[in-house]
Amino acid sequence: MIVLEKRPQPSKLWTAITPVFAVVATMIAGGIMFALLGKDPLEAIRTIFWDPLFNEQFAAFSRPQLLVKAAPLILIATGLAMGFRAGVWNIGAEGQYIIGALSGAAVGLAFYPTESILIFPLMVLAGALGGFLWAMIPGLLKVKFHTNEILVSLLLVYVAEFILASMALGALRNPEGNGFPGSRNFKDYPSAFNAELLPNTGLHWGVVAAIIAVIFAYVLFSKHMMGFHIRLAGQAPKAARFGGVEPARLILFCLGTSGALAGLAGLFEVSGPAGQVSIDFNVGYGFTAIIVAFLGRLNPFGILLAGLLMALTYIGGELASFMLGVPTAAIQAFQGMLLFFLLAVDVLTNYRIRFGKRKVA
Amino acid sequence: MDLSAISPTLLLASLMVAATPILLAALGELVVEKSGVLNLGVEGMMITGAICGFAIAVETGSPVFGFIAAALGGALLSLIFGLLTQYLLSNQVATGLALTLFGLGLSSLLGQGYVGIRPPAVEKLNFGPLADIPFIGRVLFTHDLMVYLTLALCVGTWAVLKFTRAGLILRAVGENHDAAHALGYKVVKVRLLAIMFGGACAGLGGAYLSLIRVPQWTEGMTAGAGWIALAIVVFASWRPLRVLLGAYLFGGVTVLQLNLQAAGLAIPVEYLSMSPYLITIAVLVIMSAPRKGGKARASLAAPACLGRAFHASH
Repeated sequence: MIVLEKRPQPSKLWTAITPVFAVVATMIAGGIMFALLGKDPLEAIRTIFWDPLFNEQFAAFSRPQLLVKAAPLILIATGLAMGFRAGVWNIGAEGQYIIGALSGAAVGLAFYPTESILIFPLMVLAGALGGFLWAMIPGLLKVKFHTNEILVSLLLVYVAEFILASMALGALRNPEGNGFPGSRNFKDYPSAFNAELLPNTGLHWGVVAAIIAVIFAYVLFSKHMMGFHIRLAGQAPKAARFGGVEPARLILFCLGTSGALAGLAGLFEVSGPAGQVSIDFNVGYGFTAIIVAFLGRLNPFGILLAGLLMALTYIGGELASFMLGVPTAAIQAFQGMLLFFLLAVDVLTNYRIRFGKRKVA
Repeated sequence: MDLSAISPTLLLASLMVAATPILLAALGELVVEKSGVLNLGVEGMMITGAICGFAIAVETGSPVFGFIAAALGGALLSLIFGLLTQYLLSNQVATGLALTLFGLGLSSLLGQGYVGIRPPAVEKLNFGPLADIPFIGRVLFTHDLMVYLTLALCVGTWAVLKFTRAGLILRAVGENHDAAHALGYKVVKVRLLAIMFGGACAGLGGAYLSLIRVPQWTEGMTAGAGWIALAIVVFASWRPLRVLLGAYLFGGVTVLQLNLQAAGLAIPVEYLSMSPYLITIAVLVIMSAPRKGGKARASLAAPACLGRAFHASH
């Protein structure tokens, strides 16, 4: 008989290698899924994980995309990880991402066509503020009324999507766009455009922000009192309360920070790679970032790697749909599978597996 | 704007239809949560049920087979959640989210060839003279079988939880899994069954959307209905009959805002469309707010072991 025995402490070794196990298991299960779809599984897996980086024909185009797609994922996931560690579940990052993008874009468009180096920094501030305020709604409701932050933050995603639709069709619509939905394109407005910093690298301000966020999160967790409180609240809520950790402050900090980072991610996306506010400029980074956060073990540097890997599945997925006709929905299922396998193998981190009869206690 | 175009009779009649999918999903989740498990994957199970039911109904030409397939599909998907949380002791919040993300991907994958097709029609029940009763007849006796089965399920859930031994065991497992285990009840087995019941109900709710309410298949068509079902369980303080009230309230808001859109109210369509979500949040706030000097209504009624993993150490 197989018995699980709880480890006194999560195994460090298994914490580090379970994500690798999960990725391999997902590749196998994904291969089976592709085979069921009538595609050559090995070719599909190679197209997703290898070709974007090393194929001579595509790599030149897809390598820069890696940073472009990883940046928002890493930014959002870093923020989410703080909350997840403390047991504060912000799952509405997609909404904060949209509102951040809208606030930042609105500030930029308000100044059109003035040129000034101050405009872009102002947009960045507005983007962070927008995401922060949107995340404060579940935060304050949780603190004041004990409302479940999971449900409120998620429901607000739908509200944010309707606001986005209304803005793209109304207030932020390009007045010279012949009635088409969508705002002015930031590419035509240099002061507000989040351009590539080095040509053909995909490196834009969002990537820089993501790296800064990762470093800050690392320092916060390892050196700062707040990071200690976050970990304490997650691992031993009672001890945290006796130890003088204020739950309200912690909740607001976690939700606020993750909201601001999601808002930043939205702003950098809308003013750069997406180029304009359109009804569907958001592609679900806010949800995929949840997977990134877990895949990265809620650890800032882990998230950095996980974000790059997940970005690879996005690019590889596009490539596979273009080259092999694999439906893009298959990639979404693939990413979901990854989270399943990750959670499944996590049992090895927290428990020892014992074979044989269990002893009488 | 022409408000006189809105007929209260039609409004109430369509309210019952609009509320049915959410009522189904919420009832399933209620049973799951009563057993002490928090499954946040309702949205994923609903949409999987929606496409399973739609595909099978189209292929066989029979909505009945469609609904059966939807229930099976939802239950099968929930089984992944069950195995992960009950045997591999994974975090329930994270696993539920994974279920939703996976379900959304899986459903659009399965639904590739079904966009733009009309499903076989589901007949309305014929109540004969009852349907001719003014007002009441039009409101109550003009629906399809699923509406009445759902109502029966609601009453049935209430009765089973309140009056039967099975219901008592389910509640015991949810309130104190250690005590239930010590008494010899199979905590994991009870929870697995509850999770699968929840999955089947969510699947049926999804199929009701794709086969009757809409009726067609589009990606992401549940549009948050699963999350609203979760909110309704909190609103209902984990009581089946209040779930009915919550679902009808929500159905009412949905139908009313659709009617207001049609009537050309001066509020932009987007703001009317977001109203059901905003009202759900408002209701959650009211239900969760602590009363003077006491605990919140909702937190008092929540099963004590909700969301906690059970690991029998001996």
